[in-house]
Amino acid sequence: MSKGVTVGNKKANLFPFSSWMVLFVLVPIALVVYYAFTDVNGFTLSNLKWIVTYRNTLWLSIELALIATVICVLLAYPIAYSMSRASARVQRNATLFIMLPMWMNFLVRTYAWMTLLEDNGLINSALRAIFGMEFPGLHLINNHGAIVLGMVYNYLPYMILPIYTSLTKIGQSLIEAARDLGANGSQVFGRVILPMSVPGIISGITMVFIPSISTFIISKILGGGKDFLIGDLIEDYFLGNSGVVNYNIGAALSLVIMVMILAATFIMNHFDKDAQTSGGGVI
Amino acid sequence: MKKKALALLLVALFVVSLCACGGGQANTATLNVYNWGEYIDLDTLDEFTARTGIKVNYTTYASNEEMYSKIVSGAASYDVIIPSEYMISKMIEEDLLAELDFGNIPNYQYIGEEYKGLDYDPDNKYSVPYTWGTVVIVYNTKYVDEEDVADESLELLWNEKYAGKILMFDNPRDAFALAHSRLGHSMNTTDPAEWEAAAEQLIEQKPLVQAYVMDQVFDKIIGEEAWIAPYYAGDAMSIMDDNEDIAAYVPVEGANRFFDSMCVLKSSRHKEEAEAFINFMCDTEIAEINAEEVCYAIPQVESFKLLPEEMREDTMVYPPEEVLEKCEVFINLPPETLDLQSRLWIKLKTTY
Repeated sequence: MSKGVTVGNKKANLFPFSSWMVLFVLVPIALVVYYAFTDVNGFTLSNLKWIVTYRNTLWLSIELALIATVICVLLAYPIAYSMSRASARVQRNATLFIMLPMWMNFLVRTYAWMTLLEDNGLINSALRAIFGMEFPGLHLINNHGAIVLGMVYNYLPYMILPIYTSLTKIGQSLIEAARDLGANGSQVFGRVILPMSVPGIISGITMVFIPSISTFIISKILGGGKDFLIGDLIEDYFLGNSGVVNYNIGAALSLVIMVMILAATFIMNHFDKDAQTSGGGVI
Repeated sequence: MKKKALALLLVALFVVSLCACGGGQANTATLNVYNWGEYIDLDTLDEFTARTGIKVNYTTYASNEEMYSKIVSGAASYDVIIPSEYMISKMIEEDLLAELDFGNIPNYQYIGEEYKGLDYDPDNKYSVPYTWGTVVIVYNTKYVDEEDVADESLELLWNEKYAGKILMFDNPRDAFALAHSRLGHSMNTTDPAEWEAAAEQLIEQKPLVQAYVMDQVFDKIIGEEAWIAPYYAGDAMSIMDDNEDIAAYVPVEGANRFFDSMCVLKSSRHKEEAEAFINFMCDTEIAEINAEEVCYAIPQVESFKLLPEEMREDTMVYPPEEVLEKCEVFINLPPETLDLQSRLWIKLKTTY
């Protein structure tokens, strides 16, 4: 903000932020909490027990989201690392290319994978054309692998960019100092670069894991609508596709997920503080 | 300072646009029509606007349940909807539908007598039939052996030979109806044991199912990604137009027969315009255009006469009486059965 602002104005300047937070964060959360702890008869805790009924769904969602997150870290780190070592022009272009798919609608991008992965899709057709034979066992879609692929593809940029940012913040002088003090290549990486990029990794993990665990559209499009993830279950309770609309159970399941994510973020933020105090910016 | 002004301007614009969306315009009415996907010739909507000056905001849904939850949530306001019979009786019971003023719908006279006074609206107060049809089994003759379809049975949907090539309804009412028919139950059974047994059938079938879909059936069957699917007869006809290897039959075990009818919501603020729309849809010429486009059977007797001969004589669109006798019309299930259906459907989707 500009220099001459007085304290009173500062409050006024916060108005857009605070009204946004109240309208679109606090009020919705209050509604979720309200629905989660009520039913037609008033206050109740019984909605929460459904998370026990659906524990297998919860585990499956956590499992797939974790796999997707780990794959994202493994893919994103080398990409971000090589980007951060490249010339300024290459860095600019690389960032642009990573952002490019995000200019397209999420649904369209995910549907595009359907065309690629189907039994008669581009990948299978190309394989058939190249090798001149059938691959009857090669089913790339409507399974858990395709769901993970959808998560990795859609959320990878959110992993690359924070890692890249944290890597570019590491001063060249620091690396030179490590070298001067006798560290070899892998020691420089293991003891200087990697620890200093932890905030970026953590930020990336949060930004990939959270949308992955709550997705419902990826599992529907790439999973063939066969196996519900927790997001599908919540959607079903709110939209009543299975014949019954129940906001209370839907809200209770959402609340459990929110609390879990909040707890995980809290733990990771602590871990982050222990490892590094500079930069990164965990959401 | 400039930045602040710009920000304020943006906020103001945002607020104004919000109000504009919420308030609607006063002078020219815009009718919100909510219909099944792929269920109209879209040019007829322009024709309606040209004839009456009433604009149409047309949106679609994939299942009765989706439509219902959207309406009860109050998330959007609609004027005309075209649900199936069991949903109409449910909505009549819940007082969601407006009684129609048939003085505004003179074309109602063209509706055949056999389509009036049906169980879901016995006194003809709330609905005007749009189309009807049955559920059929669609299959690709290139990949499905003749011997497997010779008996025209539902068993095809459980045939392990075609594992991974079978599609299934992604809505519980239609999916459970198939399982009930396979077991010889009524589709309208309220016996919990029969529902549990039907759920077992669906769980048994799940490993063979490529995907649970609704309108995606079109792409997947036409593109031969899947070979077998149960779907609605009219849509099956459209699919057969696009791929000549596709055939279909009404299963011998019986199938669901549905009547989709036009209704006006009680909450509609444009009831007269909505009735004008319904009247327009019953216009002999317009109903004929739509029937040719959507391929479903129509209740308008005059329009029927205008249809091309091959359509009038197609036994899949207009099945002979002995086939229709095996078919069953859905009735609205009691709440406890709906609850059970919901639980069993979620069980199917969470059996990994």
